[in-house]
Amino acid sequence: MTSACPACSAAPMALETASGPALQFSVPGVHCAACIGQIERGLAHLNGLQSVRVNLSMKRLSVTGPVDSETVMSAVEKLGFDIFALDSASLQVSQDSTSRALLMRMAVAGFAMMNVMLFSVAIWSGATDTTRDLFHMISAAITLPVVLYSGQPFFRSAWSALRAGRLNMDVPISLAILLASGMSLYETLDGGTEAYFDAALSLTFFLLIGRYMDHRTRSAARSAARELTALEVHTAERLIGDQTQTVPVTDLEVDDIILVPTGARVAVDGVLLSGEALMDRSVLTGESAAVTLKAGDVLQAGEINLTAPLRLRALTVGADTSLRRMAALVETAENARNSYTALADRAAQVYAPLVHTLALIALVGWWIATGDFRYSLNIAIAVLIITCPCALGLAVPAVSTAAVSRLFNAGFLVRHATALERLAETTHIVFDKTGTLTLPTVQLPEKMSDEDKGIAKSLAQASLHPLSRALVTALSDTAAAPVADINEVAGQGVTGVYQGKKVSLGRGPWLGASHTGLCLRIGDADPVPLEVPEALRPGVADAIRNLDLPCEIVTGDTDIPAQKLAAQLSLPVTSSASPEAKLNRLKALSDAGERVLMIGDGLNDTAALAQAHASIAPSTALEASRNAADIVILKDSFAELPLIIRVARATRLLSVQNFGIAAVYNCIAVPVALAGYATPLAAALAMSISSITVLANAQRMRFIR
Amino acid sequence: MNVLVILIPVSLILGAAGLAAFIWTVRSDQYDDDSGNAARILLDDDE
Repeated sequence: MTSACPACSAAPMALETASGPALQFSVPGVHCAACIGQIERGLAHLNGLQSVRVNLSMKRLSVTGPVDSETVMSAVEKLGFDIFALDSASLQVSQDSTSRALLMRMAVAGFAMMNVMLFSVAIWSGATDTTRDLFHMISAAITLPVVLYSGQPFFRSAWSALRAGRLNMDVPISLAILLASGMSLYETLDGGTEAYFDAALSLTFFLLIGRYMDHRTRSAARSAARELTALEVHTAERLIGDQTQTVPVTDLEVDDIILVPTGARVAVDGVLLSGEALMDRSVLTGESAAVTLKAGDVLQAGEINLTAPLRLRALTVGADTSLRRMAALVETAENARNSYTALADRAAQVYAPLVHTLALIALVGWWIATGDFRYSLNIAIAVLIITCPCALGLAVPAVSTAAVSRLFNAGFLVRHATALERLAETTHIVFDKTGTLTLPTVQLPEKMSDEDKGIAKSLAQASLHPLSRALVTALSDTAAAPVADINEVAGQGVTGVYQGKKVSLGRGPWLGASHTGLCLRIGDADPVPLEVPEALRPGVADAIRNLDLPCEIVTGDTDIPAQKLAAQLSLPVTSSASPEAKLNRLKALSDAGERVLMIGDGLNDTAALAQAHASIAPSTALEASRNAADIVILKDSFAELPLIIRVARATRLLSVQNFGIAAVYNCIAVPVALAGYATPLAAALAMSISSITVLANAQRMRFIR
Repeated sequence: MNVLVILIPVSLILGAAGLAAFIWTVRSDQYDDDSGNAARILLDDDE
């Protein structure tokens, strides 16, 4: 379309520039075609929107066009989905180039294998002389470049292992591929009868399938973990004179004055300058009650400001903050975990030397017996190809891919490659209390009037105190009453004016009540106490009943709430535990031979999470705790906790079964190869059948309930 | 056996065509959201 008016032809271009990069959102609630349709159709009418696309695999929504994220978020929320804006800078929307390269290599190997297999079938059906030689030549012309291109991931990994003086699974793989191709080329040029071109290619193809699945699973976990990071804010408000300036946390310096808005996390350790503050420390210490601080008190990074915006002077920044020191503690503990040897690696340690020895025995044995080096080399190569770990290379990736995607669909993010194996070995479970087993709630007196409920709600809405937020949740069905002049008194409560009467919500003594807990007072009437039990997280009771492992609670909270909860769940409890005490409890358990699964969310649990044999954190945990955990629970309910353990055990069982299947095939095929009866046809059959059996067996993961 | 002169190039060309088509699907991001694509077929566009 051309236009005489320059402004008109410039307009579409301007639109495009204004739209900028795509906005990304996390929408954890989408799970079917209807959800996709609802969101995409629902957003289509938004003004200025250019494109909207839901990615179901990653549960993500991306939107382009000159719309602001607030509009999109409120529109999606109206459709009934939870939505979170993602910071595209920390998301690194870059394409996953490794996975694409692997897919390409796999495709090239697959198509080449099909073509070469056609020629091989002709040869196996009896092609002779020049026809056979021609078919061998064409196969060679296809195979050699393809092997050099597609086999690169194996060659590179084998080379780096050899240079470090180790053997890994890729050494026998590379050796088999290269020797098979090279020997077949020599046979072809010499007019020989047997060539293993199809075997070299199908080996490459099957193993690349395993490699690709493995990579897909890991990159899905990585991108979901990046998504969790993108949800967190990494900036702070620095005060210079009267001006505030938003700067990255990493740029803060000692003695900077920092403004912490209501509801925000403190970014660095510092001294409180404002007169008074009420802080939520639950994530640092496990204390369920909020802490009142006065000017001059020290704030720690990670605390949440519950009342009016406060000012602090930075004491330590960067690597010195208590938050970072905790992270360093985690790293030391994690090294122990990284030394855990995965099942596949343990198999490779036995397997690789065994295969090499067998092939060498075949070579030397037949050379001595017949004196024909070429014939004995052929047999050695047949042994290498037949024992080659097609099935082994597929056995573990196929099972873990199925398991991880099964868990992701159930709302669990598996972050660590060996997490499921370690989880399957668990013999004992340790729970944190605050924020893990319990969430704060408020119970209202039964005969409270709707009007009073409305007043309570509108007062609670003004505050970020955990109790206020819980109260708002408890009153989600009630409409807020029109309360004016709402004012928060730090550490005490909230006041306001309703129909000329003074109304307040807060601590009992502050309102003149004998009850020490949360009270509501309307006008001059007696304050009404609101009960504040810590409610169990949904599904916890079911989960603990269905877990067949001994459980216990180790919490940083004081004795009374801890004992109350322990009695409710009838579990043993340790209260007032410092982070070191938690760590020591785990060490004592593991010294007693237990493999401990730690489930916790707070910063005080972080070291314990990293120390434990396996660990799980809810997605509400701090970044440091999530990073220390093997598995992150993406939804609120813990009801499916036993499912994780069942899937982990099934993963181990199926992996071991798959190794068994592969071993049985090898036990049958290896003697045949050693005896010199293995033909290229037999090699092709053994390889394909064992790979397909292993893949099919892995699919049984879908039926785990 | 003269038929081979035709059939071999035909088989090679078909294989190459299949590979080219596959590479095109990879390049145009068709494997980025496999479960989403599986679900999308159930969507009714006329709604």
